[in-house]
Amino acid sequence: MLNASIREQFPILNQEINGHPLVYLDSAASSQKPLAVIEAIEDYYRRNHSNVHRGVHTLGTQATDAYEGARERVRSFIHATVPEEIIFTRGTTTAINLVASSYGDANVNEGDEIVLTPMEHHANLIPWQQLAKRRGATLRFVELTPDGRVTLDAVESVLSDRTKIVAMSHVSNVLGTINPIADVARLAHEVGAVMVVDAAQSAPHRKLDVQALDCDFLAFSGHKMLGPTGIGVLYGKKQLLKNMEPVEFGGEMIDYVDLYESTWKDLPYRFEAGTPIIAGAVGLAAAIDFLEEIGLENVEAHERELASYAIEQMKTIEGIEIYGPEDRVGLVTFNLKDVHAHDLATVLDMQGIAVRAGHHCAQPLMRLLKQSSTARASFYVYNTKEEVDRFIEGLRQTKEYFNYEF
Amino acid sequence: MSFNNLDMLYRQVIMDHYKNPRNRGAIEDGVTVNLNNPTCGDTLRLQLQIEDDIVKDAKFEGEGCSISIASASMMTQIIKGKTVEEALQLANIFSEMVQGKEYDADTFDLDDIEALSGVSKFPARIKCATLAWKALEKGVDEDA
Repeated sequence: MLNASIREQFPILNQEINGHPLVYLDSAASSQKPLAVIEAIEDYYRRNHSNVHRGVHTLGTQATDAYEGARERVRSFIHATVPEEIIFTRGTTTAINLVASSYGDANVNEGDEIVLTPMEHHANLIPWQQLAKRRGATLRFVELTPDGRVTLDAVESVLSDRTKIVAMSHVSNVLGTINPIADVARLAHEVGAVMVVDAAQSAPHRKLDVQALDCDFLAFSGHKMLGPTGIGVLYGKKQLLKNMEPVEFGGEMIDYVDLYESTWKDLPYRFEAGTPIIAGAVGLAAAIDFLEEIGLENVEAHERELASYAIEQMKTIEGIEIYGPEDRVGLVTFNLKDVHAHDLATVLDMQGIAVRAGHHCAQPLMRLLKQSSTARASFYVYNTKEEVDRFIEGLRQTKEYFNYEF
Repeated sequence: MSFNNLDMLYRQVIMDHYKNPRNRGAIEDGVTVNLNNPTCGDTLRLQLQIEDDIVKDAKFEGEGCSISIASASMMTQIIKGKTVEEALQLANIFSEMVQGKEYDADTFDLDDIEALSGVSKFPARIKCATLAWKALEKGVDEDA
């Protein structure tokens, strides 16, 4: 277990909700922020802010250094080869849309296929649906095992020489499943397709290495990994990025502008039109520092321990159904028999416990699970065993409330 | 643990409507409205039979939490026999009530639906309560 003092660095956690100390178990939706991140953003605005890459004044240089320093920080975090492979975006959704619009529109043609899984978050589904419609391509879905895993056999059975893109989440935001991305990427490359990875649920929790995964594109968001909202990352292999057209146009991304024609800057700037998300990048870099100081291996171990501890005790409560495989990251999706997930979440909230309830932006997966709605508890560096105990007690209270009050 | 606040939300009459919803089912030839609550996955199909500007029958099908199902059940009960204009007036009154605003409690006998006033203390649940009424407004609009 991680040292409980980590928790003290998250000011928001030190409050009461509905008369009870807050137990925040919704980090898979968005994580809370440590002082180090809040202060890095404040410090940037207090001392270093200006626009980047232009102007000759000193603040312009300081802001550019901070922004480009953050890019280098992200590069080393995911072990990309060069900083040009790191494009800052608004988040995972924007990053995947960029790939679908730029790479997709140029390389996917009528009759081609895009391979996905039914466990994708809407952010890694709908951009491909729209691309397929624009280009007359077909979506193919890898069949999952009954416990919600992706097998290589199932992947191979939908791949063909028509496959141009394979897009898959690294970790499922509902089931906590960890997908075998490196192996899937190898299979994708064998048929000449590119591998796109939605790493929104893996980047916060485990060591990422884009070279070891050998993926072509990878996307994640800052706000799920202790960073601010409004900043995300698209990683792309330089070989691919340099042949891709921008999808947004304007300032910051241009090289030479004429009244009728313009040319684009080099990578990565041609994909970052307009004044970039400078403070967001600075905050993300501080979040990466914070996570690496703890050690991603320790982060993952801590969350797994909390999730196993929670699952073990949830199994002793009659009527709790848990979804997903045994081997999973730190989240538990579940339902309590005869109590709708919303009602469950409201009663937990009255006890100060925040969980997610709903379809988790994965409606097709919900249909596979035959559930219109589920509850999800997700764990992060600041959660403790005592909080899991409070959560379990909260579940018991909820069950009792709905069994006996009426 | 005491759940005094919760008892405002989950009153007995609400749980009764949830567990034994009234007017669940289908109408053969009526106006059909399908509405989803995209934030949570609740689905609702409302069917209305409107004749001579009067809601003759109303039935619903759907999946949802106790609040959304109970609200649909209560709504179908109260709008039957009302004119379209009265039904829309009720939708307004209901909307104001669950948002915690002052509402007109005198024009109609609000009956069971007043039990849902406790929703106003739970802002995250207001959409659950108003889903059926939104479907009504849409259905009347489509019928016109």
